[in-house]
Amino acid sequence: MFGGGGDSGYKKLSTVNRRMFIMTAAKLIVFGGIITRLFSLQINENKKYLTLSDKNRLREWRLPPIRGDFEDFFGNKIASNLKVYQLHVVPEQVEDFRYLMIRLRDILDIDSKTFKKILKKRSQQKSWETLIISENLSWDQFAKINFYLHELSGAKPVLSVARNYPYDEKFTHLLGYVAQASEKDLIENEVIKKSHVPGLRVGKIGLEKTYENQLIGSNGIQRYEVNAYGKRINQIDFVEGKKGTNIKLTVDTEIQAQCNELLKDKAGSICVMDIYTGELIAMHSSPSFDPNLFLYGISHDNWNEILNNPKKPLINRSIQGLYPPGSTIKPIVALSALENDVISTKFKVNCTGKTEMYGQTYHCWKDTGHGIVDLRKALKVSCDTFFYEMSRRLGVDRLNLTAKKFGLGEKVFNGTYNEEKKGLIPSTQWKKNALGRGWVLGETLITGIGQGYMQTTPLQLCLMTAQLANGGFKIKPKIIYDKKSDSYEKIKAEMEKNRIEQLSDFQQDDALVDFSLEKKKGDTDLYKPLYRNQENVKFVLEAMFASTNEVTGTSYSSRINDKKYQFAGKTGTSQVKKITEIQRELDLDISQIPYEERDHALYVAFGPYVNPRYALSVFVEHGGAGSSAAAPLAKKLFKTIVDRHEEREKIREKSLMEI
Amino acid sequence: MFKETALSGQTTFFQKLRSMDYILLVCILILGVVSSLAMYATDGGELLYHTKSHVLRFIIFFIMMFVLSFLNIRFWHATGYLFYIIVLGLLIWASLYGITASGSQRWVDLYFINLQPSELMKIAIIVCFAKFYHRAQINQINNFKNLLVPMMVLILPILLVVSQPDLGTSILIALSGIIVLWLAGINLKYFIYSGLFLLISLPFVIAFLKPYQKLRILTFFNPDKDPLGAGYQIIQSKIAIGSGGLTGKGFLKGTQGYLEFLPEKHTDFIFTLFSEEHGFIGSLALLFIYGVIIYRVIDIGKNARSFFGKLFCFGFASSIFVFITVNMSMVLGLLPIVGSPLPIMSYGGSSMLATMIGFSIVMSTKIYQKQLIA
Repeated sequence: MFGGGGDSGYKKLSTVNRRMFIMTAAKLIVFGGIITRLFSLQINENKKYLTLSDKNRLREWRLPPIRGDFEDFFGNKIASNLKVYQLHVVPEQVEDFRYLMIRLRDILDIDSKTFKKILKKRSQQKSWETLIISENLSWDQFAKINFYLHELSGAKPVLSVARNYPYDEKFTHLLGYVAQASEKDLIENEVIKKSHVPGLRVGKIGLEKTYENQLIGSNGIQRYEVNAYGKRINQIDFVEGKKGTNIKLTVDTEIQAQCNELLKDKAGSICVMDIYTGELIAMHSSPSFDPNLFLYGISHDNWNEILNNPKKPLINRSIQGLYPPGSTIKPIVALSALENDVISTKFKVNCTGKTEMYGQTYHCWKDTGHGIVDLRKALKVSCDTFFYEMSRRLGVDRLNLTAKKFGLGEKVFNGTYNEEKKGLIPSTQWKKNALGRGWVLGETLITGIGQGYMQTTPLQLCLMTAQLANGGFKIKPKIIYDKKSDSYEKIKAEMEKNRIEQLSDFQQDDALVDFSLEKKKGDTDLYKPLYRNQENVKFVLEAMFASTNEVTGTSYSSRINDKKYQFAGKTGTSQVKKITEIQRELDLDISQIPYEERDHALYVAFGPYVNPRYALSVFVEHGGAGSSAAAPLAKKLFKTIVDRHEEREKIREKSLMEI
Repeated sequence: MFKETALSGQTTFFQKLRSMDYILLVCILILGVVSSLAMYATDGGELLYHTKSHVLRFIIFFIMMFVLSFLNIRFWHATGYLFYIIVLGLLIWASLYGITASGSQRWVDLYFINLQPSELMKIAIIVCFAKFYHRAQINQINNFKNLLVPMMVLILPILLVVSQPDLGTSILIALSGIIVLWLAGINLKYFIYSGLFLLISLPFVIAFLKPYQKLRILTFFNPDKDPLGAGYQIIQSKIAIGSGGLTGKGFLKGTQGYLEFLPEKHTDFIFTLFSEEHGFIGSLALLFIYGVIIYRVIDIGKNARSFFGKLFCFGFASSIFVFITVNMSMVLGLLPIVGSPLPIMSYGGSSMLATMIGFSIVMSTKIYQKQLIA
């Protein structure tokens, strides 16, 4: 009846009750253990696990920053951003990657080489990384993709922005260009590293590189909640990126375009500068190339074309090209001689076409000679014989000081362009240090006509001319426009003040003493006189006027009679190769000389003569004579420069009003 | 005997109704509601398949439990062996013609329900043992014959379940059985002997384990070794529970849950999801409800006059406790991941059916607590 019954039943019951009691006690302990564990996870380690859970669910997507624009003085965009259509694929999200790729190849008409490249890129990156199939779809392709989109699961047409240079090759050397950021860019620049996203374009050279940190802007950030499979569930946060700073340049697109036109099919450079404000109006190096080619990775063919072009488009001749200045140095030589009282303006030399000095024959460019010439005529007709004699008396070291003072042998834009060269203005000390040999007196003679060791960049010649043309005052060349920088009126007043100050000093002191001593460098010298006696500068400028505007002047054929446009200048023809006696006798026409051996043609000028405002330098590599190859280009350019002046002043007034 | 029953028995339906254990009933209902809400959360806050079928099952099985509670405890005693044999038969059927899902053949198709007999075995083994020891004399319990038969009764279903393969359920069946055996009075030394024997044979058992089972054990000891592979479940579960904090992330706001980071969140990891959303306080509350249920079942057992009813209640209470602690320890990273549902809370019809049958026997014990069984 009762299970077991009796004593046995009682014992059975007491056993089960006792054991159940033990069991219950054990249960309480185990429950206690579980509660302890819960407490340790949820209370003690809560922060750690909350972080881990957020790490699980939140993903950030950094958007490419939008690069700041470049605009010219008139507000024309010369580097901006274009909307582009791109095609992205995230391989992980694609069911059948190969099928999709083959469909895309057919739809977009991708050639097999590009196709292989894409597949290779795919194999190098993780399956959740975005694969960019095309960075720049044409509108047709974009429309086609959208039409077939329902069959192309995983393909994502994306609207993006890309750098655009609307003036193609016209500003290439001045601006530089951008291309995909390389490993090196990331290592060298923290800012690039910080805002890097795949496919980011950064400046590779020129202003694009120098001002990278201002231009780059900041990334937009999209924060998404994602599920365990990485699928975006909802957007938590969106931080809009900030566009990089727009940079306004001092250049004039129209003048720059004309420089391009003038140097078409030639190798060379043109630089134009405001002689008071130091603003660069134009700077062009020819041949140029289209910077847009670099945006999506330049094609092999295009790259080879640039690389193998004998005229070397990659060189920025304006600041990187070093050439003997030839006769364009003569105004400085003349000024140096006058300033050092080596000769007076009355000093005369009889030019017979050649002169014997130190056992060697030195030829004037004119075989028949110029007859008796004084300094003014020597500059006007560019008589070499006169300059040989004058340089001999001056000596190379005094010439060196004057040349350096006026901007030769120093970088014009220190730091703005990595590739800028400083050139070379020789001195006896330099030769001893650099070549370990003593200076030979004959070398002074050829230095005096801008040959030999002397090497300058076209931009340096432009600055030299500008600092002569403004009456001999130091200016600060600039290419970035700054509203706050000194106005023309203020600079002029400053120069006038400094002129008067210097005049009284000069009349009181014994002239020779402090002149040759180099004063301290930097902006403290800004707008200060570079001369000892301004009459000397005026004399040189007048002689340059004669050279262009008087009969027998070397650039007479390029003159403009209209006072509004009238300019003054100095030609230069610099030898690439020493002319042998035989060649001199043959007197070959330029077309009969091999291209590489032809003379460089140079011309420096300023204008309008009455009240000068602009200086320029023209350089045509292997162009032949300066008078026939370089000066005519200046003539064409000057009309534009003067015509644009009014326009420019209007803009300046307007921008000043905005302050 | 029958007469006596009729005399002392609670004759009217209302008397029976009144003698039900309402605290237990309310706790089961609360669990039903809580589990339905948790299921709703696993469905991402939508009334989807899992929620609907869980709610439906709970309602049906609860009503079933309620009705079966009025069956006389003698019925359960009389059919104790039959119940075991039917479930054993189903297990054999499952091993022959069962439905295979995720590499394990553990379901039989009963047309209206896909039944997992191994879950029912967790209860059947208790009923069977309760009946066996109801008769047995205390001085004969440790006889060789009386040791061998229960051993066979226990080992047979375990072998069948292990071969499905389903390690988790077989361990739980074994634990259910062993607890009842111990409660019934089997000498402790036999458990120690068999424990030692198991320890010695462990290397052979391990050799017998499927690779994924070995991996799970290895992973338990070092979950961070392979965070995206085998250790993923444990790591994600700990992150979910840990990030819940004191008060939890809020109902339907458990990010680990709705963003699919939690594996098997409907079934074995339902507590993880619950704990993430309701935090330490919520988890304590849930544990409290389970505690009350266990307490009530033990209390009913204490007051039962029949040894069958008493032993079943004690065994069932202990089994439920084991199921709960194994499941929680697992999701808390205290035990390796073995498939083990949380009673009532987890999604799964067979498990709920088994638990509800258990409750109905307990309730029947309560209603007929003065009933004696021959």
